Amino acid sequence: MNDNMIQDTLLVTPALLVPLLPLIGFLINGLFGKFLPKSVTGWIAALAILGSFICSVTLFNGLNSTSSLNIDIFNWIAFSNINITFGFLIDPLTITMLLVVTGIGFLIHLYSIGYMHDDEGFTRFFTYLNLFIFFMLLLVMGNNYLVMFIGWEGVGLCSYLLIGFWFKNESYNNAAKKAFVMNRIGDLGFLLGMFFMLFYFGSIDYSTVANQAQTLAPNSALLITITMLLFVGAMGKSAQLPLFTWLPDAMAGPTPVSALIHAATMVTAGIYMIVRSNILFSLAPTTLTFILIVGVATSVFAAVIGLLQNDIKKVLAYSTVSQLGLMFAALGLGAFSSGMFHVVTHAFFKALLFLGAGSVIHALHGEQDIRKMGGLGKYIKVTYITFLLASLAISGFPFLSGFFSKDEILAHAFEQNKTIWVILSISSFITAFYMFRLVFLTFFGNFRGTEETKKHIHESPITMTLPLIVLCILAVVGGLLGLPEVFHVQHAFSTYLSSVTEGSAQYLVHHEKVSHATEIALMSFAGIGAIVVILFAYNKYVKQNALPADDVELTGLNKVISNKFYVDEIYETVFVKPITVLSDLFLVLVDKLIIDLAVNATAWIVATTGKTMRLMQTGNTGFYVFAMVIGMMVLLIIRLFI
Amino acid sequence: MENTLQAVPQNWYLVLSTLLFCIGIMGVLFRRNAIIILMCIELMLNSVNLLLVSFSAYSGNSDGQVFVFFIMVVAAAEVAVGLALMMSIYRNAASTDINVLNKLKW
Amino acid sequence: MTLLLLLLPLVAALAVLLSGNKMASRVALLFTVAEFGLTVYAYTIFKQQGPEAFVFFHDWISSPKISINLGVDGLSFVMIGLTNFLLPLIVLSGFNREYSNAKTYFSLMLLMQFALIGVFMAYDGLLYYIFWELALLPIYFIALGWGGKNRVPVTLKFFIYTLAGSLLMLFGFIMLYYYNPNASFNITDLYNNPVCSCNQGWLFWMFFLAFAIKIPIVPFHTWQADTYSEAPTQGTMLLSGIMLKMGTYSLIRWLLPILPAGIAEWGPLAITLCVIGIVYASIIAIMQNDIKKLFAYSSVAHVGLIAAGIFALNIEGLQGSVVQMIAHGVNVVGLFFCADIIINRTQTANISSLGGIRNIAPRFNTLFMIVVIASVALPLTNGFIGEFLLLFGVFKYNTWLSVFAGLTIILGAVYMLRMFQNTMLGNTNENTQHFTDLNWSETLVLGIIAFTIVVMGLYPKPIFELVQPSLDIILNKAIAK
Repeated sequence: MNDNMIQDTLLVTPALLVPLLPLIGFLINGLFGKFLPKSVTGWIAALAILGSFICSVTLFNGLNSTSSLNIDIFNWIAFSNINITFGFLIDPLTITMLLVVTGIGFLIHLYSIGYMHDDEGFTRFFTYLNLFIFFMLLLVMGNNYLVMFIGWEGVGLCSYLLIGFWFKNESYNNAAKKAFVMNRIGDLGFLLGMFFMLFYFGSIDYSTVANQAQTLAPNSALLITITMLLFVGAMGKSAQLPLFTWLPDAMAGPTPVSALIHAATMVTAGIYMIVRSNILFSLAPTTLTFILIVGVATSVFAAVIGLLQNDIKKVLAYSTVSQLGLMFAALGLGAFSSGMFHVVTHAFFKALLFLGAGSVIHALHGEQDIRKMGGLGKYIKVTYITFLLASLAISGFPFLSGFFSKDEILAHAFEQNKTIWVILSISSFITAFYMFRLVFLTFFGNFRGTEETKKHIHESPITMTLPLIVLCILAVVGGLLGLPEVFHVQHAFSTYLSSVTEGSAQYLVHHEKVSHATEIALMSFAGIGAIVVILFAYNKYVKQNALPADDVELTGLNKVISNKFYVDEIYETVFVKPITVLSDLFLVLVDKLIIDLAVNATAWIVATTGKTMRLMQTGNTGFYVFAMVIGMMVLLIIRLFI
Repeated sequence: MENTLQAVPQNWYLVLSTLLFCIGIMGVLFRRNAIIILMCIELMLNSVNLLLVSFSAYSGNSDGQVFVFFIMVVAAAEVAVGLALMMSIYRNAASTDINVLNKLKW
Repeated sequence: MTLLLLLLPLVAALAVLLSGNKMASRVALLFTVAEFGLTVYAYTIFKQQGPEAFVFFHDWISSPKISINLGVDGLSFVMIGLTNFLLPLIVLSGFNREYSNAKTYFSLMLLMQFALIGVFMAYDGLLYYIFWELALLPIYFIALGWGGKNRVPVTLKFFIYTLAGSLLMLFGFIMLYYYNPNASFNITDLYNNPVCSCNQGWLFWMFFLAFAIKIPIVPFHTWQADTYSEAPTQGTMLLSGIMLKMGTYSLIRWLLPILPAGIAEWGPLAITLCVIGIVYASIIAIMQNDIKKLFAYSSVAHVGLIAAGIFALNIEGLQGSVVQMIAHGVNVVGLFFCADIIINRTQTANISSLGGIRNIAPRFNTLFMIVVIASVALPLTNGFIGEFLLLFGVFKYNTWLSVFAGLTIILGAVYMLRMFQNTMLGNTNENTQHFTDLNWSETLVLGIIAFTIVVMGLYPKPIFELVQPSLDIILNKAIAK
């Protein structure tokens, strides 16, 4: 993968500290949290992440974009010819993720100190959050697939714990369980993919796998199998069709969790994994095509559902699914660094959107239905402005971060397949529409809730607004990380990642780059389109004061969309019900009736034989003697004549 | 080696002891009085004794006679124990009919 | 050293019997801890001198030639380690309950320990058989004497069922003796003089049935769920934690190397049975409402995977099976202890009438959670190492089988989380409202278990290194044609 690995001892310490600090934070809060005052536990957790962030920055400064650092810590599973080490690999891709995870992680910790202030599970919350960051860091830092898998499943566990954070509520618990189980389906794919690699390549180190894969014929069955299985893992973790239904349900968790885990970091793990294995995937074009189809389908499908959601967090959740679909589409097009770029910008604005939503919910004391909001812009200014800017960014408003990252993907789509480009453009216009439907319904017009609530609307404390402001700045200027070459600058982001992605370039089909003029045309089209859509939404929801209809009034297609195409119900009937029926059937019919009956029948036969035979014991001495004599005579006859 | 036992042909001993043995068996099989059954067993034992003695005499080997003494001792012991049992059974059941004594069954 | 390791529990059993009911549990704890200490000391010796330091040989019966042939290799050592590690915990878990006739109860446990160590040490077929049967007696009396309402028929079934299996095994051993040119039960004689492959087929079934009933492999599992729910908790822990491992251990020790041709002939069927059993038991567990039965079926699924890994006949499967034997032993003891705590405090084993325990017992919740995630095989817990290697072993054997077996990862999460949600989460109800959090001895037991779970998951290497030489020998015999 990277030839000039350097063993820079100075950087080993910060590299080890990056995951260690959250772990220490987790242990302190987990073991001694109940002896510490609230204010201390929250800050311990936040400072641990800040420490990690500083270490990550140190790594960023210490390593240039062509070098990487490999640290083998100990042999984890090692015997005969299997050798899986527990080790870290720090390269530009890792560092990108580290900065996003720890940076946004810290801001969200900070925000949570305010947001969770009155919650009885305050300490527990930060304990889980630290644990999550720890696992997320393992995921991105591991130097082989198994260490990644530790993080992969670990974040799944934390996601389970945090979705079900308010564990007295049964539906939240169900959502948590659903998330875990759906992730597990993907994890099985990941696991099998690792088995294939371990079996055929003899190793699951990133570098060995990449090298071994290049000795195989491109698009060979083995490569397709491996990549498909890995992608199944990614589908589960990154909520792609058909394993996406857990993510909207996961909004049951506290809002900072939705921001951190279900928008900015964990759900992008699938994209990270594919970019990490970009050589493998680029050698399997069939899989890439499949990823493209799944990504595009998810993007549109989720966006359409997002149009008719009325829960502020659910809208954002479907938007996340849709954006993740877009990222996968980028990967499917072989534009690995563009996908990563969108991961980063998406992390900025989506975390901001969720935190903003959290701030709104905080202000309204738990109200999440946008039909009962409205006119909030007047009361909570900071939240309003930051939320508005984030919405502009996600909608692709010119020169904000989402504009650049999205356009990069759209340009790649245009190069390769015009149909894909059309569909993705439609999807992004839908995104712009429902985002501004959300903004207008929430912040514009008149307040539609009760007077009681209205009196208590208040801006959030500084610990909550500060992260909003910082993220807002990032969401606005984040696009500068990857200014396209049209502006006569080097694409900073893809240059930084080039050492990771260059290995795969030779295996991808090269399409002719669009000319600068076309690219500018495309950008203008997307930008103007977004503005038009936003104006359309303004016309509908502000000018005409349209309100979403109540669920019961919906008919036809609207009803189907509003009910999320009944996907949950279909899964319920197709998978859940049959398994429960099967379970009962196995227990009652097979176990009790067939197997146990066979066992008991054996015992019954023995007992019955005994019962019958004992009847010969009549107690009549004469009979016994008679039998004895007869027996002896029979023996005598046998001896004499036979 | 002439003696009085050999005055009778050996077959006659065989026939006699077989007859005695069969009478004994029949008695054991068909009589219901325990004391008579006991006596019939004695009869069977003695028929065997007779046979053993006669063979011993004809073959000029004393092994058979040694056996006879063993059997006589055992028979004496058996009668002693058997009659004692009969006595206690009679005390309990007021009968020595073996068909009454059928408690020991399934 | 070997004899000391073996006989100390026997001495302890007598000492407990003499100590009186009040002191029984403490004396038992003292002895089991001493035994564990001895095991640790033995480990240092084993590290320095290897298995040679543990050979013990003494003639016993000249015809048929049966000798007291004891030894400890890596595999045995790991199993003995597991036994001696779990016993103190099991004894400690009995501290909070009043048992009638406690001295007999704890004495039987120690007798069981003696027999189990004997099974893992015996290098002579018949001696092994004697210990194998001896192990059955204490557990039978424990279950019969201190079990639940329905204990008499259930324990009888368990006893007769396993005894029937053992009888087949005894017959198998006699036939092995008969076929052996040296006319011996000695394990090296049996290893080095394979039986004519024409006879290995049915001999395989003689042994396999005995082990399959003990493990248990579906469809020989029907004694298990009832026995687990009827036996007292310590009995269940002994049964599920250690005694099941006798079966899997014996597969590795006695079946694989002695009857390679039998394995070649019937192994595919056996592994298929195991894998079917995994999914079958997992699916049943999903709808179980009795917490102990749920754990029982989950146990069937887990040990099914262990057995499948063994029959996969490769080093990954075998290593995985050893690690998973230990891991499952530790975890299942933890699970049943948690079940005991819940049942004892709420008087119900029905998970749908529980709930909300987490609200009032946070410490219990955390420790229970750790045990649960270990048993759904999350990475960095001991369960993961085992399942990863086992599934990989099965994968090397047959890809599709491993896909099917891998469903256990999903189904395991479904039933475990359902159980956890129904018992621990939600709102507290009238059954659970008086639930008190753990006291010191319970915290100690679960704390040690949780600690072991993480340490083993993070650093399983010592186990790999310990068993690798033994497994190499066994595997060479097993796949030699």
